[in-house]
Amino acid sequence: MRVELTVNGEHRSAEVEPRLLLVHFLRERCGLRAANVGCDTTSCGACTVLLDGKSVKSCTVLTVQAAGQQVTTAEGLGEPGNLHPVQAAFQREHGLQCGFCTPGMVMATVGLLAENPNPTEEQVREGLEGNLCRCTGYHNIVRAVLAAAGSAGQAAPAAAEVSA
Amino acid sequence: MSILGTRVLRTEDPRFLTTGGVYTEDVVDERLAGACHVTFVRSPVAHAKISEIDVSAALAAPGVVAVITGADLADLPTIEPAMAGLINGKMRQRLLATDTVRHVGEAVAAVVTESAYQGEDAIELVQVDYDLLPAVVDMTAAAADEVVLHADAGTNTAADFGSPDSLKADLFDGCEVVVSQTIVNQRVAPAPMETRAAAAVWGDDGRLTAWVPNQGAQGTRGSLAKLLALEEAQIRVITPDVGGAFGAKFGADPEHAVVAWIARYLGRPARWTETRYENLISMTHGRAQRQQVTIGGSKDGTVQAYRLEVLQDAGAYPRIGAILPFLTILMTPGPYAFPRAEAIAKTVVTNTTPVGAYRGAGRPEATAAVERAIDLFAAAAGVDPAQVRRKNLLPTFTEPHQTAFGALYDSGDYVAALDKALAAAGYDELRTEQQRRRASGDVRQIGIGLASYVEITGAGDEAGAPNENASVEVHPDGTATILTGTSPHGQGHATAWAMIASDELGIPVEKITLKWGDTDLIPEGGGTGGSRSLQLGGAAVQQASKELLDVARQRAADQLEANPADLVFDVGRSAFAVAGDPDASVPLAALAEGERLLVRTVFAAAGATFPFGTHVAVAEVDTETGKVVLRRMVTVDDAGVVLNPLLAEGQRHGGIAQGAAQAFLEEVLYDADGNPLTTSFADYPILSATEMPSFELADMATPTSYNPLGAKGIGEAGTIGSTPAVQNAVIDAVAYLGVRHIDMPTTPRRVWQAIRDAAHDGSEHG
Repeated sequence: MRVELTVNGEHRSAEVEPRLLLVHFLRERCGLRAANVGCDTTSCGACTVLLDGKSVKSCTVLTVQAAGQQVTTAEGLGEPGNLHPVQAAFQREHGLQCGFCTPGMVMATVGLLAENPNPTEEQVREGLEGNLCRCTGYHNIVRAVLAAAGSAGQAAPAAAEVSA
Repeated sequence: MSILGTRVLRTEDPRFLTTGGVYTEDVVDERLAGACHVTFVRSPVAHAKISEIDVSAALAAPGVVAVITGADLADLPTIEPAMAGLINGKMRQRLLATDTVRHVGEAVAAVVTESAYQGEDAIELVQVDYDLLPAVVDMTAAAADEVVLHADAGTNTAADFGSPDSLKADLFDGCEVVVSQTIVNQRVAPAPMETRAAAAVWGDDGRLTAWVPNQGAQGTRGSLAKLLALEEAQIRVITPDVGGAFGAKFGADPEHAVVAWIARYLGRPARWTETRYENLISMTHGRAQRQQVTIGGSKDGTVQAYRLEVLQDAGAYPRIGAILPFLTILMTPGPYAFPRAEAIAKTVVTNTTPVGAYRGAGRPEATAAVERAIDLFAAAAGVDPAQVRRKNLLPTFTEPHQTAFGALYDSGDYVAALDKALAAAGYDELRTEQQRRRASGDVRQIGIGLASYVEITGAGDEAGAPNENASVEVHPDGTATILTGTSPHGQGHATAWAMIASDELGIPVEKITLKWGDTDLIPEGGGTGGSRSLQLGGAAVQQASKELLDVARQRAADQLEANPADLVFDVGRSAFAVAGDPDASVPLAALAEGERLLVRTVFAAAGATFPFGTHVAVAEVDTETGKVVLRRMVTVDDAGVVLNPLLAEGQRHGGIAQGAAQAFLEEVLYDADGNPLTTSFADYPILSATEMPSFELADMATPTSYNPLGAKGIGEAGTIGSTPAVQNAVIDAVAYLGVRHIDMPTTPRRVWQAIRDAAHDGSEHG
């Protein structure tokens, strides 16, 4: 099937198998390997990306379902020398160790803060329940999200702005 | 001012946060162009004879290049158990099962396809006929040898550590209070977020290059050499970024070797990434002990004697888990001055996934046993558990303390750690709140759980005293490169090792690059595990930096035509100058212009170090439903001098969470036939953000003299302290209802059942 979609602001047109998962499209066809696959059951969230500004688990979205939509991955959020406020907060608060869950965790955070710009600690924990991390015990991830929420209210721009 | 001891942000983070780490599945390399994909066919049954494998349908499926079975690998040696001297050497495994499968998930065949999706389709078409054998899952049943897994061995006992005959009949004579309890230290899954993977290619020179997520490329090279009957020199292992390991990625597994074998057999590169389902049934599990503790002493809370008997489940094939009771026994008395103590252990094989190392590896099991024993004894004696600990902890020592079990504790101040943790938690206020809730009949009761621990880190091995190598090179452009034999996979060595070199050389952290995990570049190294890295690898970086300055000093003296002894190194300017004549100076970088300025060194430590601390957990238990909510975790984790508090706290947080998760959430389950019941993250209750509180850390730093950094290991301490603290808290919450013990994980059902049983017992006796 032919599918047309926008990935990190770039228009893409591709012929894909109907069963091709969005995460595999991003990784193998677009060369965007920040999103990872950590489970088989939509449990871990390592593959989280934004679809039209809302966080989704890209292992549970078919590429063809994303047709006509804007996909934003961690690569589209910021660059090593110019981190997005959420990415910067994760570094400042040491909210990552091995890094495998991190791109998904960052994108879930962007999605969470878009919906609730000033969450409580409890709301952060509930909001990230679908994103698993085995290294940090979540302590510094929660701190990073709270810090990002507090940083000048610009922590969570809509995905369209991010990828534009 | 020295950079050491400061909160330097990780230099590795910007990459992880944007393009993401480059894990094995992400590796793009021209040598891997056109790689085929390997997908394993795994046994769906726990114990069976393989009567036939029919690969014809799979071979005809789209994209299938080959189907490999054990018969194809017949020339390879069988896999010896780890530590073959200690373990029954006849319990052997093949890379792919040939005549017998011994656990669900054991690899039986490997399907090679052009694409990964085709592999998933094709493994369904491999027909394996299994003639079922009775399975043995329970350790005690296994020890009875009615069903024997390895016929050649003739027994399921893989190893005995001491004999029941050695136990003293009079150990508890004279004790006013004696308590016994069977304690299950349940099987858990390491579950790193990155599953296992491999990529392999053979060069025209006949050498294998293998990309494997691991904890030490050099150890992985050694494992692959054994599994494939190669010389180590024929293998280059490259370690990409590694998405967590927790003890379970040391060495190489059979699957890694099969992927390498396939790459040679087909003459083309091969890749493999396992699914989470495969990971949960075929990566080694952790813990899996059943313990019998007996503790006795006087009514004032003084312990006089302690006995620990361990039954260790090795799973179907003895891996490193089979020998971990050795470490459990070593740490039997923990931080306590018990006048009499003894321990024995037995390891058995069962029809389950093999057991390996998991964060703490043998020491958490020792701590869990003695900390439950202390609480059981305190409850029986009617003495506050904090008081019992204070009464029995070893007093402060500055000269190494030799235990009866062969451990040499380097330095310790256990009572101070206890008191600090109690003060930070507000222990007396917590007890008051507990009394208030009990008096008011609150449905939600709180429990306060303590665990005082000491553990062993940075130990040597059979090859000798603990050591690690490092190379430091300063380049003419003012940058530096460090090569290390450690293998970071989240610990932040790139930042920490750069801090150490920067402190000596005056080169900014951001101008220092760390390299690791390529056996052609760094042929030797012990990797990262056993909380060894900073105290050995970090100390080696410091030693190499100092030795580099010695070399540079001589060169500077030649250039400045001065006596080396008259030169001072100005760290702030990263330059040598003649004392009293600062204008006569030469930058360190300039001394690398003619000849490389490079030093390789090996740091050898005097011995293992013994971090210690106390954890206080506060758990809230709903007495009607049995649901546990962990409200607070207050910890003192003394790992000596801290290099970077940001990184040390991160290690503590992660450890605390994983240990707590074992106490009240996580467990790998099998049914009686050996079918795994926890094969996905939907079934295995892996810890999520909602189940943890924020942690409260109190600092304490008692230096060790065993390395110049004064550092002990911090990677596993959190796990070791938190498990029994949380378990004790849950039991403490419902102790007033007559509950003595609840096994881990303290699920709502178990807690509810324990309350119900206690009420039943109470009404019977009362």
